Amino acid sequence: MRITCPHCGERDHREFYYKGHALALERPSPDAGEAAWDDYVHQRENPAGVTRDLWYHEGGCGAWVVVSRNTLTHEVLGTQAASEARA
Amino acid sequence: MRIEGKGLIARDHRVSFTFDGVRYSGFQGDTLASALLANGVRLVARSFKYHRPRGILTAGSEEPNALVTIGTGGRQDPNVRATVQELYDGLEARSQNRWPSLNHDLLSVNDLAAPFFGAGFYYKTFMWPRAFWEKLYEPMIRKAAGLGALSGEDNADRYERAFAFCDLLVIGAGPAGLMAALVAGRAGADVILADEDARIGGRLLAETYEIDGKPGHVWAEEVLAELRAMDNVRLMTRTTVAGAYDHGTFAALERVSHHRADRGAGAPLECFWRIVARRSVLAAGALERPVAFRDNDRPGIMTAGAVRAYLNRWGVAPGKAVTVFGNNDDAHRTARDLMAAGVHVAGLIDSRHDAPEVQGVHMIRGGQVCGSTGRRSLEAITVRRAGGEERIQTDCLAMSGGWNPSVHLTCHMNGRPAWRRDIASFVPVAGAIPGLRAAGACNGAFSTAGCLREGAAAAVEALEDLGLKASEPTLPAADDTPYALEPLWAVPGKGRAWLDFQNDVTVKDVKQAAVENFRSVEHMKRYTTQGMATDQGKNSNVAALAVLADATGRGIPETGTTTFRPPYSPIAIAALGAGAEGKGFQPQRFTTSHAATVARGAPLIEAGLWYRPSYFPKPGETDWRQSCDREVGYVRNAVGVADVSTLGKIDIQGADAAKLLDFVYTNMFSTLKVGRVRYGLMLREDGHVMDDGTTARLGEDHYVMTTTTAAAGEVMKHLEFATQGLHPEWDVSLCSVTEHWAQFAVAGPKAREVLNGLLDTPLDPQDWPFMSCGAVSVLGVAGRLFRISFSGEEGYEIAVPARYGASLFDILVKRAEGLGGGPYGMEALNVLRIEKGFITHSEIHGRTTAYDIGMGGMVSARKDCIGKTMSQRPGLEEPGRECLVGLKPVGPDGRLLAGAHLYRKEAEAKRTNDQGYVTSVCHSPTLGHMIGLAFLADGPERHGEIVKMVDGLRGVTTLCEVVNPVFFDADGGRMRG
Repeated sequence: MRITCPHCGERDHREFYYKGHALALERPSPDAGEAAWDDYVHQRENPAGVTRDLWYHEGGCGAWVVVSRNTLTHEVLGTQAASEARA
Repeated sequence: MRIEGKGLIARDHRVSFTFDGVRYSGFQGDTLASALLANGVRLVARSFKYHRPRGILTAGSEEPNALVTIGTGGRQDPNVRATVQELYDGLEARSQNRWPSLNHDLLSVNDLAAPFFGAGFYYKTFMWPRAFWEKLYEPMIRKAAGLGALSGEDNADRYERAFAFCDLLVIGAGPAGLMAALVAGRAGADVILADEDARIGGRLLAETYEIDGKPGHVWAEEVLAELRAMDNVRLMTRTTVAGAYDHGTFAALERVSHHRADRGAGAPLECFWRIVARRSVLAAGALERPVAFRDNDRPGIMTAGAVRAYLNRWGVAPGKAVTVFGNNDDAHRTARDLMAAGVHVAGLIDSRHDAPEVQGVHMIRGGQVCGSTGRRSLEAITVRRAGGEERIQTDCLAMSGGWNPSVHLTCHMNGRPAWRRDIASFVPVAGAIPGLRAAGACNGAFSTAGCLREGAAAAVEALEDLGLKASEPTLPAADDTPYALEPLWAVPGKGRAWLDFQNDVTVKDVKQAAVENFRSVEHMKRYTTQGMATDQGKNSNVAALAVLADATGRGIPETGTTTFRPPYSPIAIAALGAGAEGKGFQPQRFTTSHAATVARGAPLIEAGLWYRPSYFPKPGETDWRQSCDREVGYVRNAVGVADVSTLGKIDIQGADAAKLLDFVYTNMFSTLKVGRVRYGLMLREDGHVMDDGTTARLGEDHYVMTTTTAAAGEVMKHLEFATQGLHPEWDVSLCSVTEHWAQFAVAGPKAREVLNGLLDTPLDPQDWPFMSCGAVSVLGVAGRLFRISFSGEEGYEIAVPARYGASLFDILVKRAEGLGGGPYGMEALNVLRIEKGFITHSEIHGRTTAYDIGMGGMVSARKDCIGKTMSQRPGLEEPGRECLVGLKPVGPDGRLLAGAHLYRKEAEAKRTNDQGYVTSVCHSPTLGHMIGLAFLADGPERHGEIVKMVDGLRGVTTLCEVVNPVFFDADGGRMRG
C-alpha cells in the first residue's frame, strides 16, 4: 500500500502509524454532553467503501495525514495534512 | 542421454555433481533435472503420501515431483525443485521422503494400502479414541508423510531485502515480455524486466520457433543486448515476481547464490525485493497440464513441453523410444522436434479423431493412453483406440492436456479469471490488478506472433498511461498458427489416475469429495488437499475442477476456481524476514555511558530498545541485592550518579507552547515561571493516565518536556496530534531531542558537592531551589541543570550535548566515588522511587485514572485538557475503585510479590473476594524490610488495616499493613534541601 504524504510524497505504508477514523479531528467541546463524547471516543463506523482515516508519518516527517480511501478496492482517493483538513 | 549438437549448454564446461552420493557429470547451463535426465537417472523422488516412485514431470518452477535437498547442517535447503536448481561443480543433492533408500523405500507399503488412504481417510479413521490423536496418530502420520526437512540448526545463510521503483515492471522475459520491455525501453521508460530463469528468453529457449528468420533464442539474445545497452532498463534474472499487492507494489525473490558453489561467500543467498511500479505487464507465460490416466505418475512420463525443453535447451533426450500423447496440435511439436533430432518416436497418440496428420510416425488418432507399466520407471503404455487396446513399449511418454495461462498474479487482489471455451482455459480479467496488463500466453495468446503482438501492445498502452510517447513497433515475423485442442481431462478407467502429483490426489479422490457433497471447489480442495501442496496445484487445479464439474453435473465456469495466493512459488521465511532477524528485528539503543557501564561489569536490562545498567557490581559482592542495597546507600547517605538519558525529551517552542502544555497535561503549565520545573500528568482522551514526567520552562516560549522511557514515542505522536490535528492554529513546534542530550541524575546529600567544581559557577542554594532549572556551563560546555528528584534526595539532573556524555559520566562517577558514592543502576533507582511512592508504568499501566493514583486533584478545574471530560465519568471517580496504597509486611521477613492479589484478612482468596493487586515491590535497605505499591479498593481510607496478599502462582501468602505509599521522608524535606 502506498500513501502520499503531503510533505514527502508517495511512500510505503510501513512508514506510517495508523490511528483510526478522521473523526478524531472533530473533538467536542467539554460541555458537549455524554453522547457526543461517547461518540467521539468510542463509536466508529466500519464502512464497506470510502472512509477517511488518520495516519502518522512516523518513519518520515512526523505529519498527521488524513487519507481518503476505499476499504473495498483499497484505492487511495486522496491525502491531506491533518492541519489543513480541519482548517 | 545427450544429443550431440543440441542445446544451449556450455559443452566445453563440464561440471561434476552427486545425487544420493553417486557422482555424475553435466555441463554449465544444465539444471539438476536436465543433468539427471542426461545421466539416465529417472527415479528421483518418492511421493508425499503413497511413497510412489516419481521422476521429473516438468522443466520449470511448477515441478511437483522432483524435490531434493541440497546442503547440510545450517545450510540444508529442503524441497528444492531439481528443475530450477542450476548445476554447479560440487553440487550435492539428496532425495527425500524415503527410507532406507530411494530404490528401496519401506513406506512404499502405503501404496499397497492405497484403497484405504483416499480423500478423507485421516478425518474418518483417526477419530477415536480422542487422546490418541496427539500422542500416536499425528506423530505417526507426520513420520510417514512429508517432503524434505530442515536440519534444525540455525540458518547459516545470509539473506537481504531491497527496494526498487520503476515506471514499468515486466514480469517474464519470453517473447511477450521481451517485446514489452523493448518497446518501453526504446520510449525511455524506466523499466525493470524480471524473469525467474537464469537465462532470458522464456519458452523461446525450449522451442525451435523462428523469429525474423532466426532461431528464437538468437532473437532473444539480440533483444537482450539492446536492453543491456539501455541505462533505463534493469534486468533481473533468477528473480520470481511472487506477489502483486496494492498500488503497484510487487514482491519478488532473487536467488542470488543458489547457483554458486561458494554459496554464502560474500553475496547473500537470496534477496527479497519490494518493487513499486507505476505500470506493469504480466508476461508470465503458460503451464502445460498433464492428462489424468491410470498410473500417469510413473517416472518417464513428462509433460510434452518439458520433453521439448530438455531436447532443445539442454540437448537431452529423456528416452530412447518416446511416445507422445495429447489433445492438441502443440503436442505434435514434441514428436516433430524429437524426430528431427534423431530420437525414435514410438507413437503419437492424439485423443482427437480429426487431429492433423503427422508424417513419419506411428500415429493413433482418437486414441487415449489408459495405463502404464514399469518397475520404478516407464516401460510400456496401453493405448485404447477404436477396435481395442494396443501396448507400446516406451521409456518416455510426453503428455499434453493443453496449456493453462499463468494467471496467478492477477488473482492476488481477489481477481477471478474468466473461462475461455476455445482454449479450455482460464484467462485473466482486465483490471484485476490496477495498472497491470496481461500479455502473451498468460493472456491466452499461444502463438509466438500473438505473444510479440500483445507484448508490444501492452507496452504501448502502459506508455500512454505514463505520458510517454510510444512509437508503434514493427513486429518481427513469427509463427501465428492457431492453437487447437479438444478438452481431455481424465481418461476413464479403473485404477488411480493422478491429478495432483505433489499431494497424491487422484481423480477418484475428487469424485469421492463430490459424492460426499463437497461440491464447492473450495471444499473439494480442502477435503482432498488438491492444490494445497507447495506448488499450489499449478499442474492440477484446472483438471481437478473439470473432474469436479463433471462429477457434479455443472460446467467449469459455474464450478469456479480456487484462489491463487502469493507467493507464486515458495519463498523461504528467512528471505521474507531478511534484515529483520535478531538486532534487525529489535535494534539496540545505547546511552553515551554504555561503554563505561559495560566496562564496570554492569548487567544490562532492556528498557524498550534501550539498554540500561541493572547494577554495578563490586568485588566481593555475590548477589545483586548486595550491589543494589549499596547503591541505594550511596544516594541516601552520600551521592549517586545515574544515566537518565533514555527518558524522552521533547523540545517545545512557540508563542502558544504554554497553551499546548495546558491542553495535554491535567495541570497548569502556562503559570509556570521561566526557570522552573513542574511535574505533569497526561491523560488519554478516554480519561485514563497516559504518562507523566517533568517539564521545564527554559524561556517564555520555550519548554522542554520529559516523558517516561517507555512512552517517549507515544507521547511525541500524541503531542503532534494535538498540535496538527486539534489545534493547527497554535504557533508551536515540537522536536524530539532525546538523543541530542546526555542527561545524568546526581542525587544525594553530597550531590551539590559533586557538581560544584564542574560548573563554572558554584551552585547557590538560593538560586537553585527545588524544581528550578536553567542554563549552566559545565567545564566550559553549554549545558542545562534541573533540580528535580526521583529518589527523594537533593537531586539534580545535568544535561550536556550527547557528544560530551561519555566524558561527563566518567567525571561525575569519579567525583562521586571520591565522596563515598558512585554510579547506581535501575535496581537501586527502582528501590529509591518505591520508597518515595513515585509511580512508573507499573502503576500507570493504562487502566488507572488520576483519581486511582491519588492525583485527582491535579486535574485542573480552571481549563480543559485532553481526557478531562471522560475522566469525570461517574464510574471513574466513585468510591470502591482500587487506589494506590503502600504495603508493608506484618512481620519483618514477610515477602511481597508484584502481581499478587489482595484480600480482606479473613476472606478466602478467590476471584469474587478480590480487593486489588500489587504493582511494585522491593526490599528497602533504608527501612530494613520489603515494601510495595498496590491498588486496593478504597485504599486511601484503609491505612492501618491488615490485608492478605496471596500469590497463587508462587504459593505465597503474606499479611500486610496498608500504609501511605510514601514510605520515606513523607514531607519531602530531604529533596527540598
